[in-house]
Amino acid sequence: MTLAELNIGAVLPEIVVSAMACLILLVELITKPHKSCALAWPLTAVSLLVASYLSLEQLAHPLGSALNGLVVQDGVSAVLRAATCLAAAVVLFYSRAYSLERGLWRVEYLVLALFGVVGMMTMIGSSHLLTLYVGIELLALCLYGMIAMQRDSVAAAEAAMKYFILGALASGLLLYGMSLLYGLTGSLSLDQISDATLTNLAPSSLPLTLAVVMVIAGLLFKLGAAPFHMWVPDVYEGSATSTTLYLSAVPKLAAFAILLRLLISGLGGWLEIWQDVILVAAVLSIGLGNIIAIAQSNIKRMFAYSTISHMGFLLLGFSTAGELGLSAAMMYTLIYMFTTLVAFGVVLALSRPGFECDQLDDLRGLNRRNPLLALMMLVAMFSLAGIPPTAGFFAKLFVLEAALEAGFIEIVVVAILFAVVGAFYYLRIVKLMYFDDPTPHLLSASSYGYRPLVGWALGVNALLLVLMIPWMGSILNWIVASL
Amino acid sequence: MIPLSHYLIVGALLFAISVVGIFLNRKNLVIILMAIELLLLAANMNFVAFSHYLQDLSGQVFVFFILTVAAAEAAIGLAILIVLFRTRRSINVQDLDRLKG
Repeated sequence: MTLAELNIGAVLPEIVVSAMACLILLVELITKPHKSCALAWPLTAVSLLVASYLSLEQLAHPLGSALNGLVVQDGVSAVLRAATCLAAAVVLFYSRAYSLERGLWRVEYLVLALFGVVGMMTMIGSSHLLTLYVGIELLALCLYGMIAMQRDSVAAAEAAMKYFILGALASGLLLYGMSLLYGLTGSLSLDQISDATLTNLAPSSLPLTLAVVMVIAGLLFKLGAAPFHMWVPDVYEGSATSTTLYLSAVPKLAAFAILLRLLISGLGGWLEIWQDVILVAAVLSIGLGNIIAIAQSNIKRMFAYSTISHMGFLLLGFSTAGELGLSAAMMYTLIYMFTTLVAFGVVLALSRPGFECDQLDDLRGLNRRNPLLALMMLVAMFSLAGIPPTAGFFAKLFVLEAALEAGFIEIVVVAILFAVVGAFYYLRIVKLMYFDDPTPHLLSASSYGYRPLVGWALGVNALLLVLMIPWMGSILNWIVASL
Repeated sequence: MIPLSHYLIVGALLFAISVVGIFLNRKNLVIILMAIELLLLAANMNFVAFSHYLQDLSGQVFVFFILTVAAAEAAIGLAILIVLFRTRRSINVQDLDRLKG
């Protein structure tokens, strides 16, 4: 085995980000840190953007399997890696002012975010159970650290502990399932597992069902889909809003990728075992998420339940296991990510030193206080609810269309009904912003913590949700081609 | 020669003990951390048993990775435990009730 056969170029973006993360840690030590990470932040942003560019460049000439079959470099991994790096950079950009004010903007935070991105890219490119597991754990360990970094907050410590325990339990389930898969198929490589599923195993045996169900349970835990969703609201509420943004927007792409790798590339031959499980999880997530979200008064908690319902839509598209359904699910994940960036970006921009914008009532009369932010929030809410002139509508449309074509008519009807229920709490935010009077303490606080540049970026981000509609079809075709 | 099934039964028992330990324990967070370690060891047991049975080394390599990750996980878990104890002077599981709704 020579170096050239390893195809190291396939993991170039990962190498860049990990090397830069180590370098940033050193640089900050040598230059004697200011609190503001004057050098570390530009370096972080540049390395993420460079990694994003490098990933996109690989789209033109996919290398296929690399590193002895540990990773795969195809269209999906190029698109998702690029989007992950870009999203991480945008997340850090949006949350900078917020984190600076609360003393969270430290070099360790940036480095953890970078290593989290490496973990996600590893997950996205994995074609072996080993890389899959290491990627999942790298991301999870970074997230625990980022949440617990807010040391003076009781809620953050509790959120970190809950996330840690349930995350570790999920890894345990996943690993146990993987060990059974290894015993049944005799290999850890997803390609060889796929071969084994097609040839020599009857899909009715008990150990096999057990293995697949355990793996799926572990994945659903990580994804935050019902019935394994109980950590999501607590973690979203307890973390600092900047961390909530990171963990709600960025890892969803990687979560989609591991589902794709493990269930389609690896266990595609056992579709009849896992399809029903995924469908049930999808319906439960859409239902539970949308109904419980209505009862929330905390914005972050509400978004947590909304995330659960969106994961349900992702799973619905995924469960069709066809090309159309998979690309619709991937499209849904990408659009969901961009919409969440706007929604949380506005919440972050509204928070100031000494004032945390985390109750729904804090949005009261926002239109009168800051019409631009209110408009951006409106677009984000319409997109999350799936109301026509926004990207979110097309995301839902494609998923439901794919599910219809696969013949899940009852499930599509149920999903639409729950989406209508869900529209209630998104529109409630619109009502609060536009038709309610602000409470006096909100009016008196006139200065906002966000910087003009962030405002511009948020505006562009929100505009994209509307302006990308004419190109929706070509984006979908592009995603289908990359699959 | 001990048959494969014996190892798998030990693995399954370890797994069951640790899951019960995580869910039934209402007192001490340290016990949960111990149960989590046990959970990973249950998977390790399976991997080594299968690896020997299949005469395939990759399972044992996987075990090394799991052990490394388990060490990192224990370090982070204990660090979070310390942060938690500092902020609320208790590591009782039942006291983790601030976040709900």
